[in-house]
Amino acid sequence: MRLTLHVWRQKDAKDKGAFATFELEDVNTHMSFLEMLDVLNQDLITKGEEPIAFEHDCREGICGACGFVINGVAHGHQKGSTVCQLHMRHFADGDEITIEPWRAKAFPVIRDLVVDRSSFDRILRAGGYITARTGCAPDANTIPIPTETLEHAMDFAECIGCGACVASCPNSAAMLFVGAKIAHLGTLPQGQPERYKRALAMVGAMEEEAFGACTNFRACEAVCPKEISIAGIARMNKDYRKALFSGVGFSSGKKR
Amino acid sequence: MKLDARIPSGPLTSKWQDLRDHLALVSPANKRKHSVIVVGTGLAGGAAAASLGELGYRVKAFCYQDSARRAHSIAAQGGINAAKNYQNDGDSVFRLFYDTIKGGDYRAREANVYRLAEVSNEIIDQCVAQGIPFAREYGGYLANRSFGGAQVSRTFYARGQTGQQLLLGAYSALNAQVAAGTVEVRPRTEMLDLVVVDGKARGIVTRNMVTGEMECHVADAVLLCTGGYSNVYFLSTNAKGCNVTAAWRAHRRGAGFANPCYTQIHPTCIPQSGDYQSKLTLMSESLRNDGRVWVPEAAGDEREPDAIPENERDYYLERIYPSFGNLVPRDVASRNAKNVCDEGHGIGPGKRGVYLDFDEAIGRLGEDVIRARYGNLFDMYEMITGENPYKVPMRIYPAPHYSMGGLWVDYYLMSTIPGLFVLGEANFSDHGANRLGASALMQGLADGYFVIPYTLGEYLAGARLEEVSVDSDACRQTVADVKQRTRKLLDVNGSRTVDSFHRELGLLMLDQCGMSRTAEGLTESIEKIRALRAEFWDDVKVPGEGTDLNQELEKAGRVADHFELAEVMCRDALEREESCGGHFREEHQTDEGEALRDDENFRHVTVWEFKGADEEPVAHKEQLEFENVQLTQRSYK
Repeated sequence: MRLTLHVWRQKDAKDKGAFATFELEDVNTHMSFLEMLDVLNQDLITKGEEPIAFEHDCREGICGACGFVINGVAHGHQKGSTVCQLHMRHFADGDEITIEPWRAKAFPVIRDLVVDRSSFDRILRAGGYITARTGCAPDANTIPIPTETLEHAMDFAECIGCGACVASCPNSAAMLFVGAKIAHLGTLPQGQPERYKRALAMVGAMEEEAFGACTNFRACEAVCPKEISIAGIARMNKDYRKALFSGVGFSSGKKR
Repeated sequence: MKLDARIPSGPLTSKWQDLRDHLALVSPANKRKHSVIVVGTGLAGGAAAASLGELGYRVKAFCYQDSARRAHSIAAQGGINAAKNYQNDGDSVFRLFYDTIKGGDYRAREANVYRLAEVSNEIIDQCVAQGIPFAREYGGYLANRSFGGAQVSRTFYARGQTGQQLLLGAYSALNAQVAAGTVEVRPRTEMLDLVVVDGKARGIVTRNMVTGEMECHVADAVLLCTGGYSNVYFLSTNAKGCNVTAAWRAHRRGAGFANPCYTQIHPTCIPQSGDYQSKLTLMSESLRNDGRVWVPEAAGDEREPDAIPENERDYYLERIYPSFGNLVPRDVASRNAKNVCDEGHGIGPGKRGVYLDFDEAIGRLGEDVIRARYGNLFDMYEMITGENPYKVPMRIYPAPHYSMGGLWVDYYLMSTIPGLFVLGEANFSDHGANRLGASALMQGLADGYFVIPYTLGEYLAGARLEEVSVDSDACRQTVADVKQRTRKLLDVNGSRTVDSFHRELGLLMLDQCGMSRTAEGLTESIEKIRALRAEFWDDVKVPGEGTDLNQELEKAGRVADHFELAEVMCRDALEREESCGGHFREEHQTDEGEALRDDENFRHVTVWEFKGADEEPVAHKEQLEFENVQLTQRSYK
């Protein structure tokens, strides 16, 4: 099939950037979207032009590296999938496709479709973990965990950190991402000792980055490749509120 | 090259404990004086960097991805083995050890594998403490499944995303250490060379993948946790960025490379659909528990699968291996798929595929049961192929998946260069000639969490290390070497893309050094690889400059190293005049077409020493001693 692509080209963070148009002949319907770009890039290189830079690695929808906006939808219109899992059979002959990077102040463009998502790492460093030194753990069966609790935690643990939630949010909020981690760890018994401290620290770190706040558009959960629910955001707000009012993270004033 | 495996004396069951009882320790006050470089942040690297940070060492961790969370360990689906015996089905440390040694076709070191089985239980404890949501039974206790034909249920799993959850666990431990100030993580940074001073590994040279800046980093020890080299085949189940460069650069600086010909070609992957194919996707081998593998009995049969009656189908695994049937080990399943396709029975595009049919299982158990067991895999298959596997049989074909070979290490995980340690898939030590399912995650985490924190201390406590500055001659020279090589790649300015060379190399390797190998094919391949490598350096086209993000330049450097590795893989496969595990030499098979080992002459590890890109490498041997297991011929009939 024939396709017309409008692709965002931007040399580096300082460059203003603009769309460039490419006409593609003979696109095979069994190709993945990224393979379609591979073929275009091979052609560009042979012609002495710069290939389009895009991020990708596992191409199995799990590493979270890939992601850009296709015709206005983060990861494209196929529900519950990353760009690398999207195949050309979902497009029609003659289609025009617009491809642009995640647009968010907290994700500056590095080149073309590649953005800097290190803000996500910084948020997780603030508290997205259970402190458990190597070697300290009791036998794994010491704490029974009901399957419902476990499955609930797993639903949120599936987050791949791709950033589609931020890119699709009109406020560029990172709350689905942060909520997912807080809900994953805060649901499990192992995560209880640091539960409220974690909520305070992660929300605090999130606010230091250039993300906006949630106003319940729910665009994030609509595009999330792992279909993570905004229930995670409710969980985050609940834990954060409780932490604020219960005084977690504040000194008792007692000298130790 | 001296190969001393430094295996502790004493009985197998107490070697590791005895060693730990007597290892030299670094005092807490001195730990922070030692710096350690960790390259790669997958299960091995992430676990090692976090654990060493917790101990108080100053750690710098490097990865080529934009975040440490994205290493390819994340893609492992099936699970992780441990000898917990929670199922009361007779599992034990010895049995896990025995299965791993036997599964590796008796080409791994007994002491290393026993230690792996021993620490397997601690790994599960650690991971649960970190909040990893392993599947549980209704009572709340951990669930297990039988995996890869094992006779006990010892595999722990988190839906079909075990690797992801384990990696995010290691990554979270790493994050905690970054917050504590013990670990610095450098993402988007690729190691391009090793700095060796006075015969010891003292640093690395890296390229900042955004700015192109070449930097030297020095430390008291360097840990390579950089994964395997299946991407030498171009099409594999590995992530696109996986590469051999860090290991190969260390090899060129003197680290021996062990058993490069031991590669695993996984039987259940989605077949290639066209020439544009960029990678292959694995379908968990748990599918073989219920799916039946078949091809049309008549070669060249073009009919749709449902139009082929039962008596015109060849369920070849059930026919050839009546007792194991569709559950034969990976290498056997893969080789048989290749054989039936070579004989013209293949199905689908390019005729390189066989059916994996769930019709009988759906009839017996109902679609709901099959959906509960494999729903996510079926969905993934449909997403990629556009075919509904509940209605039409899946098409599968083997794909390169894992490399058992790697840099040679001793019992302490130290390579032939003092101070250079190698962990996880990047080393050669635990899987012999074939890896069992759910053992890769176990090994990566064992090395990172529970082996290196002990053995590294022994090295640092005993080594007399002079201060090395990034301005020293050794560092300057290594940086200059790397810059020159990068310049050379950019200056060729030929007519062929990096990918076109990589594809050609991959096809050749899969054909001649893949599922089956011959002396003639390997000898010819060595010449062809050399010629292709020469053409690469003469005609490759790398656009752009080295001073910013340049994905083609990154690929070019990696492919250049894959060429040199490919040649040694063929040499190793040629020299190993036997068949074992994933290495099948057509000249060495039983009357029934099974792998025929030669324990008398090849019960050893072959370790290659680099002598120059255009010189023949030199082979050294480490003899393998088996004191606790009886060597037997594998049989799955």
